[in-house]
Amino acid sequence: MDINDARGIATVCSLVAFIGVIWWAFGARRKGRFEEDANLPFADDHQDKPVESSSAHNANNFGDERK
Amino acid sequence: MSATFEHPVYNYKVVRQFAIMTVVWGVVGMLVGVIIASQLAWPAMNLDLPFTHFGRLRPLHTNAVIFAFGGCALFATSLYVVQRTMQVRLFSDGLAAFVFWGWQLVIVLAAITLPMGFTSSKEYAELEWPIDILIAVVWVAYAVLFFGTIMKRKVKHIYVANWFYGAMIITIAVLHIFNNLAIPVTLTKSYSVYAGTIDAMMQWWYGHNAVGFFLTAGFLGIMYYFVPKQAGRPVYSYRLSVVHFWALISIYIWAGGHHLHYTALPDWAQSAAMVMSLILLAPSWGGMINGVMTLSGAWHKLRTDPILRFLVVSLSFYGMSTFEGPMMAIKTVNALSHYTDWTVGHVHSGALGWVAMVSFGALYNMIPILVGREQGQMYSIKLINTHFWLATIGTVFYIVSMWVNGIMQGLMWRAVNDDGTLTYSFIESVEHSHAGYVVRLVGGLMFLAGMLIMAYNVWKTVRGEQLNDEIAKA
Repeated sequence: MDINDARGIATVCSLVAFIGVIWWAFGARRKGRFEEDANLPFADDHQDKPVESSSAHNANNFGDERK
Repeated sequence: MSATFEHPVYNYKVVRQFAIMTVVWGVVGMLVGVIIASQLAWPAMNLDLPFTHFGRLRPLHTNAVIFAFGGCALFATSLYVVQRTMQVRLFSDGLAAFVFWGWQLVIVLAAITLPMGFTSSKEYAELEWPIDILIAVVWVAYAVLFFGTIMKRKVKHIYVANWFYGAMIITIAVLHIFNNLAIPVTLTKSYSVYAGTIDAMMQWWYGHNAVGFFLTAGFLGIMYYFVPKQAGRPVYSYRLSVVHFWALISIYIWAGGHHLHYTALPDWAQSAAMVMSLILLAPSWGGMINGVMTLSGAWHKLRTDPILRFLVVSLSFYGMSTFEGPMMAIKTVNALSHYTDWTVGHVHSGALGWVAMVSFGALYNMIPILVGREQGQMYSIKLINTHFWLATIGTVFYIVSMWVNGIMQGLMWRAVNDDGTLTYSFIESVEHSHAGYVVRLVGGLMFLAGMLIMAYNVWKTVRGEQLNDEIAKA
């Protein structure tokens, strides 16, 4: 087996991997979970509520100051 | 900063630090760019001093805009996005502070050593070996911080933006370390371990993937988080984003050889790089379409939201420059374009149009949150709009003047008389480029003016002021 066989095998493996990625991404069974995953940027929207304080003492604390 | 704002869960301090330094280094880097643009139009602008010579300020400009401005934008957004989508605080505040101050030290050292003439002469990797080691240490700390935060995540799935940031972090570590392997001679001088063609190949494997992973994958991470956030709707197709990610990262890495067409690089390697560059159009445009189509059904928001305009126009420039790039990688096109101003124009359509504008959009979305406001609630919305138009028109001035110059230079250099002698001397092509250089300077000045307006707007926002102005609904 010379180096060109290895190159050919690597090319075929890459193609199979790429088709595998497409199959995995667009498979009907995973449609629902990807729609859920797409909403992750909005999953922590409640954290956007402003918290004003004059000091940093309430860091790491879901204290009363959250409005 | 008057009112201290600390988030109860997330570490916003390091994000705020990086976000503000993005603006500061943006002003500095673009100012140096404007200065060297003026030197090309009027050479006396180099003041006849070694420190202000084009050859020393040019690497200062590229390092400042790519690694100081772009780098801080990537640190700020990645450390913000990873916390918010993993729903946990950064895994170490101390490491976060080390990454911030370490990176600022790198930038300051670059700003001192490059004008003094210390350089390894590798494009976009000019910094000498002690600074390279510092970069490697800070970058590895950043990798530990980022992936450590992912490991303690509260959610099951790792959102796609983090995949792009993660690919950027890993690849840049590998590229930086291997391209900069060198034998030190003194504290300020080293020689690359690679020689000749191998050195050139390593350099452009690094150089093109600095574009592909630092300036593309990283900023696609920004796109996948901030376009949905600002548009208020999830990305057009999450499944396409999965294919986009794997296709983009597996193809980009092979394209660097197109910087070495018609050189001593073996011909097959040049052709392989050309073919890979052409294939790259597919994932690039897949990602661009995914970003733009996120607005499908919400196009009306563009009328009143200048932040969304920044994000969408950045994607248009991204689409344009990722079409132009593969085209310029075709060997016969490259025979005309290489070594001309066309290349410079292409870089800036990506750097100004895509990288800078998507960063502006993300910063305008994020900075108000970092100081305790709702997203996008900057001091002035109208000033964002002014910035948007200055940046867009400035970019167009820049790239059009460089297209004209570049094609003219390419045609003049290849023109031959009947007896085979060159029709034009090199200096004739320089003389004819003058008008284009002046137009480019005007474009750069507009872009810098927009950046200064942004700095003012950010300053007012951080101080807690708000105008509550709006763009009139057309």
